[in-house]
Amino acid sequence: MSEVIVELKNITKRFGSFLANDNLSLSIKKGEIHALLGENGAGKSTLMNILYGLVSPTSGEIFLHGKKVEIKNSLQAISLGIGMVHQHFMLIETFTVTENIVLGRETSRYGLLLDLPQAEHAIQKISAEFGPAVNPRAKISEISVGMQQRVEIIKALYHQAEILILDEPTAVLTPLEIEEFGKIIKRLSSLGKTIIIITHKLKEIKALADRCTIICKGKLVDTVEVAQTSEQELAYKMVGRKVEFKFNKTPPSSQKKILSLQNIVALNKRGLPALQNLSIELYTGEILGIAGIDGNGQSELAEILTGLRAIESGKIEKNGEDITNKSPANLFLKKISSIPEDRQKRGLVLDFSVAENMILQTHHLPPFSRLGFLQKDQIEKHALQLIERFDVRPPQADGLTSALSGGNQQKVIIARELSHDPDILIAVQPTRGLDVGAIEYVHRALIALRSQGKAILLISLELDEIINLSDKIAVIFDGKIVANMDALDADEKKIGLLMAGGSLHA
Amino acid sequence: MLDSILFILSTTLMYSAPLIFAAIGGVLSENTGVVNIGLEGMMAFGAFVGAATTSLCGNPWIGLGAAGMAGLLLALLHAWASIHMAANQVVSGIAINFLGTGLSVFACRILFEGSTMTPPIPLENKIPPLFFGQYATVYLALGLVFFTHIFLYKTIWGPRWRAVGEHPKAAESVGINVYQIRYLAVLASGFCAGLGGASLSIAVVSSFRPTLIAGQGFIALAAVIFGRWRPMGAMWAALLFGASQALVVFVGGQAAIEISSQILSMLPYLLTLLILVFMNKKSAAPKANGISYQRN
Repeated sequence: MSEVIVELKNITKRFGSFLANDNLSLSIKKGEIHALLGENGAGKSTLMNILYGLVSPTSGEIFLHGKKVEIKNSLQAISLGIGMVHQHFMLIETFTVTENIVLGRETSRYGLLLDLPQAEHAIQKISAEFGPAVNPRAKISEISVGMQQRVEIIKALYHQAEILILDEPTAVLTPLEIEEFGKIIKRLSSLGKTIIIITHKLKEIKALADRCTIICKGKLVDTVEVAQTSEQELAYKMVGRKVEFKFNKTPPSSQKKILSLQNIVALNKRGLPALQNLSIELYTGEILGIAGIDGNGQSELAEILTGLRAIESGKIEKNGEDITNKSPANLFLKKISSIPEDRQKRGLVLDFSVAENMILQTHHLPPFSRLGFLQKDQIEKHALQLIERFDVRPPQADGLTSALSGGNQQKVIIARELSHDPDILIAVQPTRGLDVGAIEYVHRALIALRSQGKAILLISLELDEIINLSDKIAVIFDGKIVANMDALDADEKKIGLLMAGGSLHA
Repeated sequence: MLDSILFILSTTLMYSAPLIFAAIGGVLSENTGVVNIGLEGMMAFGAFVGAATTSLCGNPWIGLGAAGMAGLLLALLHAWASIHMAANQVVSGIAINFLGTGLSVFACRILFEGSTMTPPIPLENKIPPLFFGQYATVYLALGLVFFTHIFLYKTIWGPRWRAVGEHPKAAESVGINVYQIRYLAVLASGFCAGLGGASLSIAVVSSFRPTLIAGQGFIALAAVIFGRWRPMGAMWAALLFGASQALVVFVGGQAAIEISSQILSMLPYLLTLLILVFMNKKSAAPKANGISYQRN
């Protein structure tokens, strides 16, 4: 294991003003399993899409077997022996396994008529080399996700891939399938294939990879030998250390249980289990932070608490009253407010004025409505009051909400939700995409609400935010709360490890 | 009795041929993911160009070829708008429908002294009958069905076309040129629809008039859906719709039943509606049908 097969030199990729890859260099050795580790949006996938010809770099060079190459499209990448298994499979559901694998390179008679049996034979031979056989005549829609992934891998091998890129390969797999996947990868590596795995799961890196490159915010952090490092160290490198803003909080005063979730089971929009026996308790006067890597059930958790998603089983209670599977309007009346994850999609109607957005839930109630007619003066007065109190800029009630900056849009949402005087606030990613000043503003607003004795559930992907604001922290992984701790005992490294599915006593 | 059955059968085939042509056009286009609502307009334009060319040069085969090219020309516009410019395929198709019909009447008035009808084509200049007294276009239509079936399911090109209609990104990822295939399919679709129009104007009847097509393109579209986007299925559906038209002719002309002809002629359209309402909703439509594709 010595020859360098792929070398990426000083790769930079800009999307507009956003720097996705910042002067990244990476070398991959022949036959190794190389992991690319980083948080969501760190730039791992972009880098691999560049190698596979799907994205062209702004600057930088690619070397294969020491020779400089330019990869303009995926066809070229395939002919250079690079295969990629995308996170969302590139398979045609109505086609059979064989039809998918040979697509674009069909076996034929006279170069015209399809000859699938010939390909079926070759496919069976490839698939027999590792793991259980795949039925080449089965339709994609009839086989499991794990099997589909195997079809993708066979497809790459059928196209003579020497280098195999796998983007978040285990994200859609069940634990059993993950185990099977691990064996396949090891087997491929022993056959001399070079494997690059994009992931943010530490356990898998420890279990599978030879070396690991950590990327943070588009920049290279380090490349390490996996055998000589620990999950803790990887987590530390992935999360990075940042200057922390500490808030002085008085200890919570009146602590009363206000919200309880018991053994919640819920599905995600694709019908896969998203929350698996999740239980949470929220008390007045506290901020409970939910820490976790994106896609571990946070969105679904927020949705079941705001009435956007029904749960399969379990119970949600507020002050002892059953509020399971109530409608959004009903939960609003129960004084549960929320700052939604996507302010532009769910939080605001961008084509409405600021004043209209401020009465989205209350437009049908007096004083905003009388006999079914909107009361323009009242609506505007209400808006101007909130604009002043929450410092929305520019201070215009009739301006289009879409014209506001992200931070000010977020202020409109916070102003509206707090104007309802909620008992519970569900804050999902409240500072996503905001600049430092706006972040501080939102944080202060949340702390102030807490000081009034309200209960706040803070769901965030930003670990710093969770640690700074929360009184208690729960770590969510794979739809379950895997750890509860007091924020005072919180340790960034420890939580980072738990978020990635690691265990503290490994 | 036997006479009546034979009459209905042969009239069915005659009326089905234009629908089969256009429906195969729809099958080709929609299997690559481009909805072609403009079949109606392409048929109309094909019907006019076919009739006009035949009446001017006296050869129905040249007329038929010209009709195909006329459909193709309109299809080129649809392809450019909906594939190249990623415009909404339905809107573009509707525009093609207005354009095809309008253009035909406009050109007709210029060419034939202000008349909205082409001069009648003498019998000896129409598409000739081949076997059993059926026009050659009937056999051409059936041959096209067979050819399309082989093309889509037995040649190496078929899976590529269908892959583009199901999951263009996946097709692109193995090096298939999505744009190229969609262009070819839409052009072929227009050619077929043009033939369909001409098979009405120079075989079933002997001239073009503005009301000649009157929804046939839309019925063909329904046949595509009813036939589950497969050539054979579309053919059977077109035959069924053709049979309902034949029945209208039979009941109106030969049978001794008194039904208002206006009500009778609603039958094919009513049947189309009923079939679409009651057919199996588990759609067999290509997944990317109607969605424009943009490379990143």
